[in-house]
Amino acid sequence: MSTPSAVSEDATVTLTTGGRGRKPHRGRTSGRRLLTALTPYLFVAVAVGLLLLLTYAPAVNMIWYSLNNWTGFGEVDDFVGLDNYIEVFTNPKIFAVFGVSLYYFVASFVQMAIALYFAALLSFSTRFSNFFRGVLFFPYLINGVAIGFVFLYLFQPGGTLDTVLGWFGLADPPQWLGDSSIANFALASTSVWRYTGLNFVLFLGAIQSIPSELYEAAELDGAGKWAQFRFIIFPGIRRIIGLSFILAISGSLSVFEIPYIMTSGANGTTTFVIQTVQTAFQFRQVGLASAMAVILLAIVLIVTWLQRKFFPDEKVDLT
Amino acid sequence: MKRALAPTLKYASLIIAAVLVLLPLSVVLFASLKTSEEYSNTGPLTPPENWFNISNFVTAFEKADMLQGFINTTIVLAISLTGTILIGTMAAYAVDRFEFRGRKLIMGLFLVATLIPSVTSQVATFQIINGLGLYNTKAALVLLFMGTDIIAIYIFIQFMQSIPVSLDEAALLDGANRWTIYWRIILPLLKPAIATVVIIKGIAIYNEFYLPFLYLQSEPLISTALFRFKGPFGAQWELIAAATIVVIIPTVIAFMFLQKWIYKGLVAGAVK
Repeated sequence: MSTPSAVSEDATVTLTTGGRGRKPHRGRTSGRRLLTALTPYLFVAVAVGLLLLLTYAPAVNMIWYSLNNWTGFGEVDDFVGLDNYIEVFTNPKIFAVFGVSLYYFVASFVQMAIALYFAALLSFSTRFSNFFRGVLFFPYLINGVAIGFVFLYLFQPGGTLDTVLGWFGLADPPQWLGDSSIANFALASTSVWRYTGLNFVLFLGAIQSIPSELYEAAELDGAGKWAQFRFIIFPGIRRIIGLSFILAISGSLSVFEIPYIMTSGANGTTTFVIQTVQTAFQFRQVGLASAMAVILLAIVLIVTWLQRKFFPDEKVDLT
Repeated sequence: MKRALAPTLKYASLIIAAVLVLLPLSVVLFASLKTSEEYSNTGPLTPPENWFNISNFVTAFEKADMLQGFINTTIVLAISLTGTILIGTMAAYAVDRFEFRGRKLIMGLFLVATLIPSVTSQVATFQIINGLGLYNTKAALVLLFMGTDIIAIYIFIQFMQSIPVSLDEAALLDGANRWTIYWRIILPLLKPAIATVVIIKGIAIYNEFYLPFLYLQSEPLISTALFRFKGPFGAQWELIAAATIVVIIPTVIAFMFLQKWIYKGLVAGAVK
């Protein structure tokens, strides 16, 4: 039967299992014992099978493809070593897409700041707080293609934005999506509109889980709202801010839907993922596209590792 | 003075935020209710003359495959959710209630998988789906939606930890086998966690654009049906607006009825 050796390496793990699977009663038939031994594996088999098939097999294949020159058809047999990686970092056309990520990266800080502001605001008693919470959050739930169209309509020449700006006397607005020096700002703001609600709800949830006695005690001590935010709310939500921070980095590198739907990557709005998808499925350079995907994966893993290092979980209860 | 100023600023900023969220959506609603003549003669912020002019909605449904999109999305949604729940709860049951060789390894595999950005690994996943002969089938989407949901497994594990093991033990003493315990005791008790997963995953699947765009070219899901408006309908914004509103309405309804669950589910899913 299985021994708990695999588990004993990590002393912090405490399991509240019945432990039945570990100690079979003597004297049972071996078939029954085998079945008992296999039970947990049978329960977990489909999940692990799908995980290996759809997550790990592609990841491993991707590394192999990235070392080859391959069109996506036939044998993978044109081994080129690190050529694809060198291409990614030396071809200015490909490397430029990292610059586009910066717009979204900066935007995600704007987004977090807005979310934090409103979460702090609504954590104090507010009239119609349910309404405001719902309105701020709702965009996050909307279908990405629908959001793309909503903002295409907003930004089109003579559209809503131009009309509103006209009211304020700005008569000659730029081409929001057609001008390559502005298009990325327009798209990144669309992204802020879409995702602020998620940050907001996560922050609000974290703030509301802070025990209310803390505020009461602080108020008795004469702390103002700002002091309460600085010394009670902020420390209470540090972990979720850390989490949002990695989501901001990996998110800004994996932007796809909004620019793809709104501009198809035209006017200098091609993101890393659009470039990867086009390289793989239009230009049929699966090897090169895989190298790009591996680079993105590496960046995300490094960032996550850094996040775990600087914002360690207070309670690790799963692994 | 300061006491009066703070609430004013607070409500002013809330109202500005509400306008920034609602205005872009309202003008699309306006456009969707205008006739094409009215659309070209009025500004985007002018409300429609007739609030009950649904002709654009009818055209959008007839000319594009929106209905087929809804049907396909519902089919994919139902099968994927059922699969995710069964696979996820079974895996969570094994991991939480059994001690077995390889358990740590499996937990590690699940954990690391949450980090792999699935958008880019599609370059290679595509070859696997293609190799299985599933390209251009709804089965490809079902398989991908079921197979990539590690968050669901985490939510199930977390919830299962709060179900007392003594229930399992009592049932074992009564002669129940492990499957019966899972099916009769654990699964019914997991209902709240299942509801959470159904809601957050349901919304995610409804909104998914990338996977159907990549794997199912031959028939539309709701996202891809809407995306098809981009080409042929070019500048017919009143039609595009109607189609956009059609896609948003189910989300509004779901949000109104399931608000509490949605907030809870998101927090549970993010702080895994």
